[in-house]
Amino acid sequence: MIEKTKLLEMYQRMLEIRLFEEKVFELYGQNLVPGTIHLYAGEEAVAVGVCTNLRKDDYITSTHRGHGHCIAKGADMSRVMAEILGRKTGYCKGKGGSMHIADFSIGMLGATAVVGAGIPIAAGAGLSIKLRDTEQVVGCFFGDGASNQGTFHEGINMAAVWRLPVVFVCENNLYAMGTRQSMVMAIENVSDRAVAYGIPGITVDGNDVLAAYEASRQAVNRARKGEGPTLIECKTYRQKGHSRFDPAAYRPKGEVEEWLKRDPIHRFKTKLVEMGALTEEEDQKLKNEAAEAVEKAVKFALESPFPEPEEALEDVYAEQEHVNAT
Amino acid sequence: MREVTVRDVLREALREEMQRDKSVFLLGEDIGRYWGGAFGVTKGLAQEFGDERVRDTPISESAIIGVGVGAAITGMRPVAEIMFGDLSALAMDQIANQAAKIRYMFGGQAKAPLVIRAPFGAGVNIASHHSQSLEAWFMHTSGLQVAVPSTSYDAKGLLKTAIRGSNPVFFIEHKLLYPIKGMIPDEDYTIPFGVADIKREGSDVTIIATLYMVHKALAAAEKLSKEGINAEVVDPRTLTPLDRQAIVKSVKKTGRIVIVTEDCKTAGVSAEIAAVVAEEALDYLDAPIKRVAEPDTPIPFSPPLEKFVIPDEKSIIKAVKEIVH
Repeated sequence: MIEKTKLLEMYQRMLEIRLFEEKVFELYGQNLVPGTIHLYAGEEAVAVGVCTNLRKDDYITSTHRGHGHCIAKGADMSRVMAEILGRKTGYCKGKGGSMHIADFSIGMLGATAVVGAGIPIAAGAGLSIKLRDTEQVVGCFFGDGASNQGTFHEGINMAAVWRLPVVFVCENNLYAMGTRQSMVMAIENVSDRAVAYGIPGITVDGNDVLAAYEASRQAVNRARKGEGPTLIECKTYRQKGHSRFDPAAYRPKGEVEEWLKRDPIHRFKTKLVEMGALTEEEDQKLKNEAAEAVEKAVKFALESPFPEPEEALEDVYAEQEHVNAT
Repeated sequence: MREVTVRDVLREALREEMQRDKSVFLLGEDIGRYWGGAFGVTKGLAQEFGDERVRDTPISESAIIGVGVGAAITGMRPVAEIMFGDLSALAMDQIANQAAKIRYMFGGQAKAPLVIRAPFGAGVNIASHHSQSLEAWFMHTSGLQVAVPSTSYDAKGLLKTAIRGSNPVFFIEHKLLYPIKGMIPDEDYTIPFGVADIKREGSDVTIIATLYMVHKALAAAEKLSKEGINAEVVDPRTLTPLDRQAIVKSVKKTGRIVIVTEDCKTAGVSAEIAAVVAEEALDYLDAPIKRVAEPDTPIPFSPPLEKFVIPDEKSIIKAVKEIVH
């Protein structure tokens, strides 16, 4: 049984991610966000369910739809927002933007915008853990689309044969951009693919934070004990289109409404109220707090300067160290 | 001083760095106990350091490099071997989009001290998928460093620098160099990146050459000297960073330049070096820049065909004589 304080923390994180994403959407409409955005709204239960099982020194790898992963792993929302707005105070000093946020100080090894490319990198972090013998774990987030990439096969196979401490988390939101899963896969469950690598595979309701939590708790324990990787598929839904430019007209009528009824935050709230862990009053208070935290992040980001143009030339190479003869 | 082949000296460098630093480990296809790599560079290292630190991998080039990136950004110093340089194409996303950019994209948070070793080059009749020279791909990728050793001495010193450094390095090995012997000192040494080496001093013409072409250029220079033409042979040793100063300095001295590389001529290494000379030393040139390079074909199989497309002493001498009268 999860303690009440932990449940409420999980709930609050989910609220923060949702309100953060709604705010990003709003700022985009005001032309304050350069480029494009890929929102995590609707998938909060996955990142929060998984990251609740991770220690601060555990690693995660993330995707182009990565804001939620950052916040769930404990990143500072102000610096995430500043990065999305291209500011100097952002996590990557404005060099990465929405699709490339990292915070190495909390084990967030960064978001790659090449679909599937984070999978072997996560395996590599797992190998590093094994060689350094530190009992850390890697959470590797990717989507259903990424499971059709060669890197999915290569990376998971390598992690499996070397029994690396990695939890592969497929966020199956039914669409790879606008391509429905059934158009590009002859299987219903991505987790079936685990059989091919000789590792456990499980499909859970990705809009149920407690289901995501429980599946990843077991997988993280397995990984930490040196028993190797697990593939967890979380069935979830992208409440917005693929990117800010996508009206998502390819979705059949009624599908969005159906999934909105299964909204992960609303469901968790109902459950918490039923369990007696949350009152309407407390709920309102948490929502206000999350909104305030997001407002603070926006204020920080908007008040932050843009980088100096010449900073574009920095950080291509690290300074050479200890290359002299010993 | 000892005389050692390039193959053996590479193994020595790997062994010494693995002894020196336990974060150094090797991964690649068939690099372990049985083969020790397709060219035998890692032979015996698995027996010496164990299978954990000398890891045979599946035939999964993307994952070999990706795993290298993940290990490098979390405190290890992986040395990944790609069995043939041509196969780096299979891992190109991990090389060019991940390894090379991971520091920059994340605002300098990451360090990726990953070394990728791979044999390139023609000369053993194994055709288009095992013979190319692709240095320019990596030279064109910001964030990577590119080493191109031509001798035992350079190979050892540059590999040590690559392993001890803080950046991803593509370490190019020409397969015809493996059996070539050269003198190396007994003590530990490194060679800084971005410092060219004058392999032969001369005053009439500068020949810039890389990898195996350095040896062809030196042989050509010997023959030319008998005809009274005194060629200087300059080996950049690393392409990124490139020692532009050394190239320009030599051209200022000789007034003439021939650039000899085994890669395709169009947009190749020779094109970049020619551009450096055009930008920085045009006024010192007494003759047009000459390039001797592969004539923009895939590498053919049959010996007379392969021989035809690879620069040799004769083509170097011919190019020199076209501009030195």
